[in-house]
Amino acid sequence: MDTSGGFDLSNKRQYEVVFIVDPTVDDEVTRMTDGFKQIVVDQGGVVTKAETMGKRQLAYEILHQKEGTFVLMEIEGSGHEIAELERRMRVNDRVLRYITVRVDEDRRRAEKLKARRTRKAAKRPTAGSAPRRGGGVDFAEASGE
Amino acid sequence: MSTNYEDRPRGGGYDNDDDQDRRSMGRGGGRRIHRRRVCRFCIDKTDLIDFKDVRLLQNYLPERGKILPRRISGNCATHQRMLAEAIKRARNIALLPYTTD
Repeated sequence: MDTSGGFDLSNKRQYEVVFIVDPTVDDEVTRMTDGFKQIVVDQGGVVTKAETMGKRQLAYEILHQKEGTFVLMEIEGSGHEIAELERRMRVNDRVLRYITVRVDEDRRRAEKLKARRTRKAAKRPTAGSAPRRGGGVDFAEASGE
Repeated sequence: MSTNYEDRPRGGGYDNDDDQDRRSMGRGGGRRIHRRRVCRFCIDKTDLIDFKDVRLLQNYLPERGKILPRRISGNCATHQRMLAEAIKRARNIALLPYTTD
């Protein structure tokens, strides 16, 4: 059993949190982000990335605002820190909206697919250059209709 | 059938010229014409569709703001699902509109 790689991964979840800050308090964005980072750290999480995506036009009005400053955070942890972070953001009037997406599962799946692809390519070096299969499918579809 | 996707200017690479012509010709003619179905994401070998990639997602969101159906874009089921999920997430944080009018 490989406890090192597998176990560690399943215990730590990765999240992407994007939140929109009221642009009228623009100068406070970094301070707010630092505050949120601190919350995560206090709860035992790790902030792997925190960057401002800049001021952007909103696709629709939120609380009569047409613009917002977007901030992206990547967090690693158990999930408890997300609960606390979301609670804080909900209470904060300057956060227009937030979204949390768990990304570790999808990323792992993507890596698996990629690994499989490279393995396949290594097995059959000619597979990529031979268009026989794709062409066949196309033809079958055409005649079927 | 109120929305005619064929009439609008093409945003992304979901269609190409001759397909469009043949389609409009064949509408009344009765004969169904084969159109090439290629999933862009399969060609690019995309495993993840990021909801923050507004440029990409916008290609699949025509004027009205509705998600472009698979039968038009030619996406495979897997990628259409990923795309739809990403668009919905982007809508939630106002990167993309729910509707436009």
